[in-house]
Amino acid sequence: MDILQLEFFQRALIGGVLIGITAPLMGLFLVLRRLSMIGDTLAHVSIAGVALGFLIGVYPVVVGLVFAIAATFAIEKLRKAYKTYAELSIAIIMSGGVALASLLFTMGKGFNVSVSGYLFGSIYTLDSIDLILIGSVTVVVLLAVGLHAKELFLLTFDEDAAAVSGLPTRYFNFMISILTALVISVSIKIVGALLVSALLTIPAACSLAIARSFRQSVVTVVVIAELAVVIGLITAGIWNLAPGGTIVMLLIVILLLLLSLRRTGRSS
Amino acid sequence: MLAEKQMQRSESFCHAPIIELDGVSFAYENRPVIDCVSFAVQERDFVGLIGSNGAGKTTMLRMIVGLLKPTSGSIKLFGQSIGQFRDWDRIGYVPQKNSFNPLFPATVREVVLSGLYNRNKLFKRVSKADAVKCEEALHAMKIEDLADKRIGQLSGGQQQRAFLARALINNPALLILDEPTVGIDAETQEGFFHLIKHMHQHHNITFLMVSHDMEMIRSYLGREPKQQAGKINLYVKHSHDLEDCVETNLTHSLRELRHAMESGKVGV
Repeated sequence: MDILQLEFFQRALIGGVLIGITAPLMGLFLVLRRLSMIGDTLAHVSIAGVALGFLIGVYPVVVGLVFAIAATFAIEKLRKAYKTYAELSIAIIMSGGVALASLLFTMGKGFNVSVSGYLFGSIYTLDSIDLILIGSVTVVVLLAVGLHAKELFLLTFDEDAAAVSGLPTRYFNFMISILTALVISVSIKIVGALLVSALLTIPAACSLAIARSFRQSVVTVVVIAELAVVIGLITAGIWNLAPGGTIVMLLIVILLLLLSLRRTGRSS
Repeated sequence: MLAEKQMQRSESFCHAPIIELDGVSFAYENRPVIDCVSFAVQERDFVGLIGSNGAGKTTMLRMIVGLLKPTSGSIKLFGQSIGQFRDWDRIGYVPQKNSFNPLFPATVREVVLSGLYNRNKLFKRVSKADAVKCEEALHAMKIEDLADKRIGQLSGGQQQRAFLARALINNPALLILDEPTVGIDAETQEGFFHLIKHMHQHHNITFLMVSHDMEMIRSYLGREPKQQAGKINLYVKHSHDLEDCVETNLTHSLRELRHAMESGKVGV
C-alpha cells in the first residue's frame, strides 16, 4: 500500500473519486433515455481534440472538451436530418471522430506515447491543473443535477408530460448533452477514451437490475462506480495495470454478480 | 379549500372557452395534416377526437398542449394565446400506456408526484404539502398500496390509474387524455371510462380525449359527431347537458366510486 503515499497516485485517486460521482450520474440519464451510445461517441470525438491539442501545443483536455461539445451539436443537427433513424447520427459522428483522430495521430508521430494514455487511461499523467478542471466539472454537474433533479426525472421518464408541464425541454436536453461532454472529456485521462462510456453505462445497467425507485438508482450508480473506481485504481497502481481496463473489468464483475444474485433471488 | 379553488376558477373563466382553435393548419414538411380547423371547447365540455390513423388526432393534441407549433392559425388556452400561457398546473395530461419503458426505475409515488413538477416550480423543492397532495391522489385512485412498487410492475389498468393520479394531483381544470386505454383489456377499459365519466358528471373538469374506442365515445357523447375538423370527428357532451356539480372533494368522490365498483355495487 506504499503507493497511497505517492503524490501522483493521490491525485489519480481524488480525480477518480470525483468522476466516480459525475460519470455514472450523467450515464443514468442517458441510459434511461436510450442514448447509451452518446457517451462513446463523445469520447471518440474528444480524442480527436486531444490529438489536435498535442499537435498545436494547447492543453489537450480543453481542446477535447471543445470537440465533445461540438459533437453534441452535430449529433442534434444530424438527428433532425434523419428523424426516424436517429441512431445513424451517433454512428456517423463516432466514426468521424475516430477518423479525424487517426489522421491527427499520424501527423504528429512524436506524441504517440502520451496519446495512448488518453486512449486507455493512465494514473501517472494527472497533474494539478487536470485535478482543478475535474473538480470544477464535478461542482457544475452536482449543482445542475441537484437543482433540477425533479425536472430531469420527469424529462427522462416522460418527455411529453414534461413539455405539457411547460418545462423548457430543449434547454434541459441541451444541459444533459453539455454536462455529459464535460464529464467525458475530463474523465478520459484517468479511464481512457475507449473505456469511459463503460463508467457511464455499466453502473446504470446495474441499477436497472436492482433499483426499484429513481432515488435508489441514483444512489446505486454512484456507489457502484465508486467501488469500481477506488478498488480499480489501487489494484492498477499496485500491479501497474491500465486503470481504465481494471475499473471496467470490475464494473462488469459487479454487474454479473448482481444479475446472478437477482436470478437466484427470483428462483428461490 | 378545494371548493374555493374551483369556485375561483369558474368565476374567472366562465366567459372564455377553455380551448380555442382559430384557423389552425399544420403540415409536416410539405404534407398538410390539418387544414384550417376552428373549434372551441367550453368549460366542463367533454370532447372526444375520433378519426382514422393519419387523420391528425395526435398532431392536433400535440398542438393544443404546445408540443407542436401550428403552421398557421392561433390556439388559446384559458383565453390566453399559447405562447403566453403559463398556468400549466391547470392541465392534467394522461399519455398512452406504452409511453415509457417498463424497466424504468421509478416508483408509482415518484411518478404521481412528478405531476407537480412544472415551469412555475423550477427551483422549488418538494414540500410537505406536495407529499400530502400525492397521497390524496394515490388514495383517490385506490393505488396507495402500490405506491412503492416499480411502475412497470403494475398491470395496464393500474398503470393508467397511476397516470390519472399524476394528472389529478394538481386538481386540474382541463384533463387531456391521449388514447388512454390502448393495450388494456376490455373490462379494465370500462372501469377506466366509468371513472372518467364520473369525474365529468360530478366535478368541474373539462375533458379532451383522443380515442379509438367508438363504443365508449358514442355511448357517452352521442351517436353523431357535433363537428368535423378536417378528417377528425368531434363528439361533444356540453356542460349545459349536465347537472350542476354537487361534489367538491375529488379525492373522496373518486375513492367512494372505486370502492363501489370493486364491491360490485356499480355495474361495470
